[in-house]
Amino acid sequence: MKVRVIVIQILVFSLLLTLGGRLWYLQIRNGQQYTQEADNNHVQQVVQPAVRGSIVDDRGVPLADNETRLVVSASRTELLKQPDDGRAVLSRLAGVLGIAPSDAVDKVRLCDAKTPQPCWNGSPYQPIPITDKATTQQALQIMERREDFPGITAEPTAVRSYPGPVGVNAAQALGYLGPVTDKEVAASEETDNPLLRSDSVGRAGLESQYDQQLRGKSGVTRYEVDNLGRVIGKAGATPAQAGSNLVTSIDSRVQALTEKELDAAMKGLRKQYDPVTHENFKADSGAAVVMDVHTGRVIAMASNPTYNPNVWTGGISSTEYANLTNKKSNYPLLNRATQGESAPGSTFKVISTSAAINAGYEPDGGYPCTSSMTVGGREFKNFEGENYGDISIAKALEVSCDTVFYDLAYDQWKKDGGINPKHPKDWFFKTAHAFGLGKKTGIDLPNEVTGRVPDRTWKQNYWDANKVAWCKDGKKNGSYVQQIEFENCKDGYQIRPGDSLNYAIGQGDTLLTPIQEAVMYSAIANGGTMYQPSIGKAVVSADGKKVSPIRPKVSGHLPDTKKTISYINKALEGVVTSGTAAWQFGGWPQDKIALHAKTGTAEVAGKQSTGWLATYTKDYAVIMTISQGGTGSGSAGPAVRKIYEAMYGIGADGSIDPKAGILPKPVTALPKIQSDGSIDAPVLKPYKVPKKKEPVDPNASSSPGTTTTNPSQPPAQPTGDTGGGNQQLAAGLPATTTRRD
Amino acid sequence: MAGTSGFSVSGYGPRRTGWSRLAARDSVLRKLDWPLLLSAVLLSLIGSMLVYSATRNRTALNGGDPYFFLARHLMNTGIGLGLMIAVMWLGHRTLRGAVPILYGLSILLMLAVLTPLGSTINGAHSWIVIGGGFSVQPSEFAKITILLGMAMILASRVDAGDTEHPDHRTVAKALGLALVPMAVVMLMPDLGSVMVMAVIVLGCLLASGAPKRWIFGLIGAGVVGAVAITALGILDQYQINRFAAFANPDLDPAGVGYNTNQARIAIGSGGLLGKGLFHGSQTTGQFVPEQQTDFVFTVAGEELGFVGAGLILLLLGVVLWRACRIARETSELYGTVVAAGIIAWFAFQAFENIGMTLGIMPVAGLPLPFVSYGGSSMFAVWIAVGLLQSIRVQRPIRA
Repeated sequence: MKVRVIVIQILVFSLLLTLGGRLWYLQIRNGQQYTQEADNNHVQQVVQPAVRGSIVDDRGVPLADNETRLVVSASRTELLKQPDDGRAVLSRLAGVLGIAPSDAVDKVRLCDAKTPQPCWNGSPYQPIPITDKATTQQALQIMERREDFPGITAEPTAVRSYPGPVGVNAAQALGYLGPVTDKEVAASEETDNPLLRSDSVGRAGLESQYDQQLRGKSGVTRYEVDNLGRVIGKAGATPAQAGSNLVTSIDSRVQALTEKELDAAMKGLRKQYDPVTHENFKADSGAAVVMDVHTGRVIAMASNPTYNPNVWTGGISSTEYANLTNKKSNYPLLNRATQGESAPGSTFKVISTSAAINAGYEPDGGYPCTSSMTVGGREFKNFEGENYGDISIAKALEVSCDTVFYDLAYDQWKKDGGINPKHPKDWFFKTAHAFGLGKKTGIDLPNEVTGRVPDRTWKQNYWDANKVAWCKDGKKNGSYVQQIEFENCKDGYQIRPGDSLNYAIGQGDTLLTPIQEAVMYSAIANGGTMYQPSIGKAVVSADGKKVSPIRPKVSGHLPDTKKTISYINKALEGVVTSGTAAWQFGGWPQDKIALHAKTGTAEVAGKQSTGWLATYTKDYAVIMTISQGGTGSGSAGPAVRKIYEAMYGIGADGSIDPKAGILPKPVTALPKIQSDGSIDAPVLKPYKVPKKKEPVDPNASSSPGTTTTNPSQPPAQPTGDTGGGNQQLAAGLPATTTRRD
Repeated sequence: MAGTSGFSVSGYGPRRTGWSRLAARDSVLRKLDWPLLLSAVLLSLIGSMLVYSATRNRTALNGGDPYFFLARHLMNTGIGLGLMIAVMWLGHRTLRGAVPILYGLSILLMLAVLTPLGSTINGAHSWIVIGGGFSVQPSEFAKITILLGMAMILASRVDAGDTEHPDHRTVAKALGLALVPMAVVMLMPDLGSVMVMAVIVLGCLLASGAPKRWIFGLIGAGVVGAVAITALGILDQYQINRFAAFANPDLDPAGVGYNTNQARIAIGSGGLLGKGLFHGSQTTGQFVPEQQTDFVFTVAGEELGFVGAGLILLLLGVVLWRACRIARETSELYGTVVAAGIIAWFAFQAFENIGMTLGIMPVAGLPLPFVSYGGSSMFAVWIAVGLLQSIRVQRPIRA
């Protein structure tokens, strides 16, 4: 049977050969691939989130900081393993946390185009925070009943908080954080600081603008792990780098005061009767900016309505989010200082003044300030029909005489060639652009809007976009709106004489933002230099060793000679001493602190007027605007005065005590940085009005000029975005444009 | 070798037992198959290193003593060597007489496993835990009794010179003898061992010169039986899963396919020279389950690479080559059949064991001869080596 043994032998060796061949195939031919798979197998990355840098004010007081809270998170992957997709677990959890079960369910759903907030837009594999406000008691309840809460964890975590020193809110300027999206993670992969799925990034305000610097770099420790995830060795580690701190030019006390005064002014206006619309002022929104005129640095920036920025921490609830985004709340997420735009009203007249002087008009020539002016069969009235006789341009600024500017603008319009211009010089449009209007100021806040200069290009584009609708609906003898549309269809692309008249006094289609106004008036205050406004003052590395100052950047110069600027300066001083703002600044120590102001009242179609008050001293510009608040001096005058009084330490009797002042001089030095990188923060006490005399209630209706009556026609100037465009502006329509302030 | 060519004696040589046989250098040590012995020892020693590498970190297994398994493996090898010597001392012919007793004992032991005395390990109820960390797997020894029993029945009449080939009745008797322990192992159920036993039966029949129709018939029956077993659901779920994962390892990489996937990654990542002993990340990370026993070859593949794993194949090849030589060189059919049974056993078990780690065979709980950790298996293979040596030493001088 030897043959059969040989058969066996052949079989055996073919088996061994098979094994050898397969071994070669796996180890030599595909070895590379398996080596890679083996490497992927056992390295686990553990991410240590970097501590986010603080945002501090000019003295080092934290405006945005981190605090440790008990965060309860849910793992989606674990929840989905439950037979009911974790609904029972979530409702048990909601019971412990005392929230609505639907809220918990909403928070763990994934965001998509159709899903409203709250939803999770981070990685679905990452634990989703349900709340960061868990009490120790609640956390213990969850952790001790593990079997009832699969996939739920409660751990202390550093969360962003906005401590709000001395009552600071600054919600819009500071912004907020949100979890990263998959797209952002993918986009950041090629950069030197890639985002991790667990990261939060700034979504608005400074948090967004300085996100790169504040965020730091997450640390990654690469552990070799075994099949059960137990660590068997360290494969390398990149330590977390704490984010840098941002020193801002915001001064907490001025910021808190500005917010408080703006809010108080708006609340006061709501109790005040508007004789034009025959109801109380709505004062639905407002903004205020305090700027260092030497640098363009923002000392305070208030936007109203506002909200508590701490609602974002740890995921926002559905009710809270609805409150922030519905019409009723009037969108408190908007920063109205940089994202709110409206017609500037008479505050625009400094541009018209500059344009007129540069166009060659004698500043001190006599210009008739008549009570009205008729152009193209349409009557343009002076505010309240005053008649000051022949006055200088300075006086026209002081008393805000519209007809003087009408006259100048009309004269220029005619010189430029009228309705069919040939090589127009367009002094008035040119000057507005030179003052930085119609483009972003470049402030270090995201999503700034540009405002608008309704020049020839804009007019043409606007007509191109709307002519089809206008020509379709317009009727020569139809309704009022149809007549306007008929007019617009015919010649809406042209700068008609009425357009240039309205434009010269800041009414019509011109739009600007409070921050643009602050830059413009700061430039007048400092002799003509326009700065790119900034809030960030320095980025200080976490260890304090590297301080990168953010230096003021000059964005341009006013197109005026020193002489013209000082001419305007003097006129604006007159506004405070004897002009439209004088009634609000009685007893002001003008000899010691020269205050300048320009008031403005922008008419808005179908709404109450927007009040503007642009003011400055040699150090500060304070701009305040209140939508549906009436006149500039009436709505914002007392509030702006109080801000100055507090900053300089001016008592109600006009005495100055710089020690009582919260910011008699802008803070130029950076706060002291300790050797460990921490920033010294003084303990601040909120400003208290010195109690020498009872302060005058500036809102008292007995004050002269408060009763603002709007003659004849309903206000009908468009805000600009409304399709109605320049309805009343077409000369020839029997409408009257009026102005206030 | 000296001797007269073509001279053969059937039947028994002089009966010498005890030390005298071993001491007689001229007879025993010279006749000993040294390549076989050295290869087997080398495999066991390589095995001890691999077992050590696989277990030194598994504190849950080794109870905090990293050398626990290494020491046990070396001890088992030592006991195995002792068993080999004992078997050689007794001689395979003596054992032939003891086959009925061994057969009965083996069946009894296996039945004991089915009683509450037995324990289940990895789904197979095939162990008797003795205590003190020792356990016995009687099915390992049943392999020996089956091949000895079959050889006894198949060869008796041929070796007596009565006939050229075993007749149908003899074959039927031999099969009947093998079927009883196989049925008991099937009840455990220890499918891997049943498969090995079936291959041993085939090897014995093939070498004995049994009619071809029996051999082909048995192969056919095996195929039909396998299909029937699957179809009738006799297999446990875990066994079906193993086969499903074999067919498609990516089916459930974290579940059933995990073992095979991780095993393949371990071996594949070894490359030509391996990551170095004790430096395999798959091994250190315990990604491969049962790595000291059924998946011990993955340690070699990862840490010693193609060279080291190839050496194991080579040494197994030497063992099998020497065994085939022994089977061929002995003139008595009894020895040939015993050797053939051992060859079938070692070859199939090695092929199945290594094949499953390489992903060309379904997963079955079978140890790699000499290399895998496990006392019963180690003892059984060394007894088999003892039988082979005995056949060689005691073969009638013919060349």
